[in-house]
Amino acid sequence: MTQNPLGFPLLTLIIFLPLAGAAILLALRDERAQKVWAFVVALATFVASLPLFVYFDARAQGMQFVERWPWVPEFNIQYFLGLDGISLFLVLLTTFLSPLVVLFSWDTIRERTRTYYFFLLALETGMLGVFLSLDLILFYVFWDAMLIPMYFLIGRWGGPRRIYAALKFFLYTAAGSALMLVAILVLYWQHGTFDLLVLYDKGLPAGLLQTLGFLAFALAFAIKVPLFPFHTWLPDAHVEAPTAGSVILAGVLLKMGTYGFLRFCLPLFPQAAREFVPLLSILALVGILYGALVALVQKDIKSLVAYSSVAHLGFVVLGIFALNPQGMAGAILQMVNHGLSTGALFLLVGMIYERRHTRLLSDFGGLWSVVPFYGAMLLIVMLSSVGLPGLNGFVGEFTILAGVFQANKAFAVIGTLGVILAAWYLLTAFRQMMQGPLDKPANQNLADLTRREWVVLVPIVVLFFVIGLFPNIFFDKMDTSVRELHTRLTRPTVAVVTQATPQPSPTPALPSAKE
Amino acid sequence: MLIDSVWILLALPLAGATINALAGARLGRRATGWIACGAVGLTFVFAVVLFAVLAQRPAEERAVEVTLWRWISVEQLRVDVRLLWDPLSAWMALVVTSVGFLIHVYSAGYMADDARYARYFAFLNGFVFMMLLLVLSSDYILLFVGWEGVGLASYLLIGFWFDRKIAADAGKKAFLLNRIGDFGLLIAIFWLFSLVRTTHFQTLFPQASAIVSQRGAETLNIICLLMLLAATGKSAQIPLYVWLPDAMEGPTPVSALIHAATMVTAGVYMIARSWPLFALSPNALTWVAVIGAATAFLAATIALTQTDLKRILAYSTISQLGYMFLGVGVGAYASGIFHLTTHAFFKALLFLGAGSVMHALHGELDIRRMGGLREKIPTTYRTFLIGAAALAGFPLLSGFFSKDEILWLAWQRSPLLWLVGITTALLTAIYSFRVVFVPFWGDHRGGDAGKKRGKAKQTEAHGDVHESPRVMTTPLIILAVLALFGGLLGLPRLSLIEGWLEPVFHTAEKTHQALEFVFIGLSAVVALTGIYVAYRAYVADTEWPARLRAQFGWLHQLVSNKYYVDEIYTAVIANPLRDLANWFSRVTDGRIIEGLVNGLAAAIGVSGEQVRRAQTGLVGNYALSLLVGAVALVGYFLLR
Repeated sequence: MTQNPLGFPLLTLIIFLPLAGAAILLALRDERAQKVWAFVVALATFVASLPLFVYFDARAQGMQFVERWPWVPEFNIQYFLGLDGISLFLVLLTTFLSPLVVLFSWDTIRERTRTYYFFLLALETGMLGVFLSLDLILFYVFWDAMLIPMYFLIGRWGGPRRIYAALKFFLYTAAGSALMLVAILVLYWQHGTFDLLVLYDKGLPAGLLQTLGFLAFALAFAIKVPLFPFHTWLPDAHVEAPTAGSVILAGVLLKMGTYGFLRFCLPLFPQAAREFVPLLSILALVGILYGALVALVQKDIKSLVAYSSVAHLGFVVLGIFALNPQGMAGAILQMVNHGLSTGALFLLVGMIYERRHTRLLSDFGGLWSVVPFYGAMLLIVMLSSVGLPGLNGFVGEFTILAGVFQANKAFAVIGTLGVILAAWYLLTAFRQMMQGPLDKPANQNLADLTRREWVVLVPIVVLFFVIGLFPNIFFDKMDTSVRELHTRLTRPTVAVVTQATPQPSPTPALPSAKE
Repeated sequence: MLIDSVWILLALPLAGATINALAGARLGRRATGWIACGAVGLTFVFAVVLFAVLAQRPAEERAVEVTLWRWISVEQLRVDVRLLWDPLSAWMALVVTSVGFLIHVYSAGYMADDARYARYFAFLNGFVFMMLLLVLSSDYILLFVGWEGVGLASYLLIGFWFDRKIAADAGKKAFLLNRIGDFGLLIAIFWLFSLVRTTHFQTLFPQASAIVSQRGAETLNIICLLMLLAATGKSAQIPLYVWLPDAMEGPTPVSALIHAATMVTAGVYMIARSWPLFALSPNALTWVAVIGAATAFLAATIALTQTDLKRILAYSTISQLGYMFLGVGVGAYASGIFHLTTHAFFKALLFLGAGSVMHALHGELDIRRMGGLREKIPTTYRTFLIGAAALAGFPLLSGFFSKDEILWLAWQRSPLLWLVGITTALLTAIYSFRVVFVPFWGDHRGGDAGKKRGKAKQTEAHGDVHESPRVMTTPLIILAVLALFGGLLGLPRLSLIEGWLEPVFHTAEKTHQALEFVFIGLSAVVALTGIYVAYRAYVADTEWPARLRAQFGWLHQLVSNKYYVDEIYTAVIANPLRDLANWFSRVTDGRIIEGLVNGLAAAIGVSGEQVRRAQTGLVGNYALSLLVGAVALVGYFLLR
């Protein structure tokens, strides 16, 4: 484990900068000042997160930028943060999307702006905390705390059925995490620590207990991803959420589920994970095909994008459970890709909704001739989502499927069918919205992209190309961590309660509560 | 070294596309046209230079690789952006850029009045870029980038007039059918990678025989069949050809580009490039030949019954691509590439000629409403005649030699394949001259015959029929020259093209027998017979086709409706999938899963009604109770 190279608690700063900014925001009365301040805070957080990328040592094992203090010493709970090649890009994705989302909200949120931006920034703190916590209790606190701002974002600024959708989102996720808490406590009961890295080496004895622990974590994450058949909260939440909520939801929140699999489920319960490969892979495959087919017949474009998320995240889960480096590295990159493409799709949907106040595909048609730049952007974003080579989505999907093929040919073949379906539903949507005759009078005087909309979209599209053409910038930084995880998974048997692992634990051994 | 700058071939069209896409609207038409044509023109010149450099090297050193950057690297999955300049890729680059350049120039005239001129040229440059990337790739994964890239370019250009429903649908159809093919290529790539840990041609091919010895011939056979599936998509063969006729909805120069220089040749190229794999999979190779022969025949019969000038040419392309498949399928890779080349010349010529006809007749496409154009647009007529004659296999023209070589080699494999091929040649000659005699000879028939199109498009009086401007006729003349003399590249016994490609295909010395000349003679007789039949049916005794139609009504019905393949696909694949999707959406998601979830919620005590009525305050309570529960649990375990 590399200690913090900067000698400065950078991770703490990044996590709490948005929350601190949110607190100050409450004192601002002027709406304009609130907007600008929220943007400044989100942008500052992004800038503060850039050194993570620059100073991240791609060759170092273990966690970097580590911060560790006792928090509740009685229960051996620590304030323990750290970053590795798996979380690095999710943190950057979060800090990258946040200022864009704030900027987009400038024009679209007109009521109760102060509380809106407060929740948006508080949410960012929660999400970053989830990705950076290495103590299970700290993680759990962030995991649950983050639900609250998201709940309010949907429930207050959402569409007509927002209360129902918000509550469904909340209860669903909370129900999943309750079992996870039990599993966390079981781990503590076994080893007397919430320190994730110590628990990695100790784990649970292979057998029923490990299986139950795996299932408890997996359920929480499967709901979050969401994996078929736990996905029905997602379309509701997306359709009702304000655009910014949808972007964050699709862009970051869903990744917490797939991240959870990589960070917790696999390394904590490796034998159980291997046993459940068929089940989770099949659920992922069902998600890919089912999500794509259901997306094909949606009438509401937002609902279509929501179902496309089910399909896309199916690829991510499929890659994770290939349990080999290509599958997992591809999955990590694909999390970022999905965050960017689907985030951008929701932004574009929001932009057209602002103009037309409808999201029904049948209300559009032939728009490309009135809004050529909007159309071009939509096409690029859709092609990224379709996985067109040269753009980001292809590299992720390809690497995942190449990995899956080595693990299981049939899974890879079925998964690849999803690539055809993705083109089908997205091009169908593009056909209905942008192409064909411009026959609805309401569409004939739409304005093309505004300058602010350009500012929001261009950074994302630039990243599409950067990732698509130079994915190694990213793969290189995740390489060591992925290999480490892979080694952990393929090790014949992890120590059963006693510490039989030959290599000394890099973290100082903590006294077990049982002693 | 000069040869290391082969990347410039890609950079030029990419730069052209980018400039026109970003700034085209501000540059003005003149500048846009010059940039686009200039980019491809320079690419052609540079390709010629690099071709010459390559030719000066000794035969065994004619394969240069240029690495640009490492693209993907995850454990053993390593892909470089690396270009391969060898006789095959150099040849393809010449075909693509030469024909592509002429089509660009022609477009400058043809599209002169289009509102989206800059966008058109940006897409057109992009098309050339993607095709060059495809042929210059040294690796299957990089090839796949170009492979899907040309799919994208064709999607954009076929649906260029996107406000027309039919064009937008055609673009989408092309992309989707190609994606089905791409599925095959992707699986083949995964499979190859999992077997030998590389997808780089020059590392992979030497290990092909090791695959067979270790995994058995069946594995490689399946991989090759998957590649064949991919090729049938791009090169419009059975079963995926149905997108190509619809692709006619794009601007006519685009059709020329798709049919001649880019896109459809990709499948033939890919199989030829993969010959070391196919050579070890005789079964897959047989399938290539069978599919080629079957497609050639089927498409030729449809071409005979169509009345839309561009659609006739489209089916003819499918048919001719079938010949190319037949060629590579019997192991005659060089012959397949030879036919690809000559076909590029005469098919580009025919399409551009068709465009010139449309230009003269204000968009008319129904050949029954044309006639007597011979005197009105003489340059178009003469060049079109040459193209049709080359297509028909008129002795000594380009199509004659290339087609004949394939037929001769097919005969050595199986007389049955040859029989299908020669029959198709007869049909080809008939429909090629049908599109000469009907529109260009006789008297003008506008207004009386075509009832279907009558409402949609009014052909104006032929009085204002005019020849196309120089910018359009010059490419026609150049292509006509190429169609006339292109066959000399592959004259029997001193074949230049075969010699040039020998370092790639390692073709063994072919057996040339006296018999070959008998076959050449036979082909000539067949072609002339076909032309005579066409003359009789469409000039001398114009009632004859109608009598035939009456006599074989059901057959004509079947063939002119394209054997109902589109309808069958829709009914058997597309509609059931949509029905399934609707059922999933309505029943599975809407009732079953939601029912379970809401039932569970109700069982726990949060009834659906309460959920809907709930106030936001509830969540605060819930969060609190969650926290309390958590603390209680922690406490329990600690104090136990």
